[in-house]
Amino acid sequence: MYDLIRSNKRRSVLLMAGFMIVLALVGASFGLVFGNGITFTLIALVIGAAIAFTSYWKADKIALRVSRAKPADPVEHARLHNLVEGLCIASGLPKPGVYIVDDPAPNAFATGRDPQHAAIAVTTGLLDKLNRVELEGVVAHELSHIRNYDILVSTLAVTMVGAVALLSDMAIRTMWWNGGRVRRTGDHADRNNPLALLGFAMLILAPLIAKVLQATISRQRETLADVSACQMTRYPPGLISALEKLQEDTTVTHSASTATAHLWIEQPMSGVGDQGRLGSPHRWFNTHPPLEERIALLREL
Amino acid sequence: MWLAIIVLVVVVALAAYLISAYNGLIRRRNQIENAWSQIDVQLKRRLDLIPNLVETVKGYAAHEKDTLDAVITARNAAVAAPDTPAAQAQAENALSGTLRQLFALGEAYPDLKANQNFLALQEELSATEGRVAYSRQFYNDSVLGYNNKLQQFPTMYFAKMLKFERREYFEADEAARSTPTVEF
Repeated sequence: MYDLIRSNKRRSVLLMAGFMIVLALVGASFGLVFGNGITFTLIALVIGAAIAFTSYWKADKIALRVSRAKPADPVEHARLHNLVEGLCIASGLPKPGVYIVDDPAPNAFATGRDPQHAAIAVTTGLLDKLNRVELEGVVAHELSHIRNYDILVSTLAVTMVGAVALLSDMAIRTMWWNGGRVRRTGDHADRNNPLALLGFAMLILAPLIAKVLQATISRQRETLADVSACQMTRYPPGLISALEKLQEDTTVTHSASTATAHLWIEQPMSGVGDQGRLGSPHRWFNTHPPLEERIALLREL
Repeated sequence: MWLAIIVLVVVVALAAYLISAYNGLIRRRNQIENAWSQIDVQLKRRLDLIPNLVETVKGYAAHEKDTLDAVITARNAAVAAPDTPAAQAQAENALSGTLRQLFALGEAYPDLKANQNFLALQEELSATEGRVAYSRQFYNDSVLGYNNKLQQFPTMYFAKMLKFERREYFEADEAARSTPTVEF
């Protein structure tokens, strides 16, 4: 248990370091193109440090904002608040912030940097489709992520994957400045835009880098959170039937994005950016173990 | 010279171990006490909710006097129950039984069943009952962690010297283990 938490903290540090190195490399390659390597590397490092710093303090807010999560009203969503409070008592955790995402697909996630600064968010679809016992199982799963410090690593990954995606986006846009090689009046003769080439390289690399970052939250974490959730509620059938309902439901969670995919209790379907840039690579790399496996494992408890 | 250094290192390591083991035991023991008081907090919260509930039901089903009186009597008995776990558990169980009958009234009075206040109170009460169960579970988990530490090698030796004692689990008695029946 404590080894687990320590290994999660170690992963977080590695994640930050890896992110800085990637950014420094990007800066260096910009520098090579423009012939001023050191300046660009330094700029990239400063930006990287700034992003890493904000990630640690603000990533939970960002993840909630990106998913359009709103604080759950304690009167309207009394049942959810009560469930969270009860399970917090059972696990000895402080009560996290409770948020609602207005999305018909049933799903949920937890975020934050430690149990004192944590939040869980559930979609309105989840509240509609699950009964009390099932909802309790899902909430317990999210609280297990909080207790095991899974949230720290995964939330850091959100902003860093987001930053990589943004960078590659920016680089590819510069292609239109000249890299398209469309001749226009005032164009310099036959020059291609080296930045656009870099952009292409980033375009191919970005999902891979994103995957490497997300892989730091291994699939085992999900299985582990399932098991500790049952230890919390002492009632595995609740979570089992909740997962079964998630399995039957094929609605795509639209509030999830590439950067937040790994946060949710259920993979937001292969539909993560289905038509988007990162669509098809994403299907090769699943962020979650298949639901059937998770259900089968819980049945053995 | 070397001998002195080795002895020093061993002594420092031993002291560090003793301090951390002692602090760990204290932390676990305090957690047990906190968990125990949490149970009381939740039980009290439940007792506080009941007068409201009875008032709400009275508005719709005033002539179900027997059931209402039974709840009030059971609640007052629970408030007055002596401060031992066994006596408390017995009073709480009696109260749970009468509450079930009260909620069963909701089925006979559609107006009551549709009342927002009644529904909210019902949700509050069942949530509080869940919390009572969860706080007992946390108490038992805390006791388990503490007792494990206490009896493990090598903590057991110095724990005995420092008079750390085993704690008892909270156990549901026979009455609570059998499911109460609802009669109409």
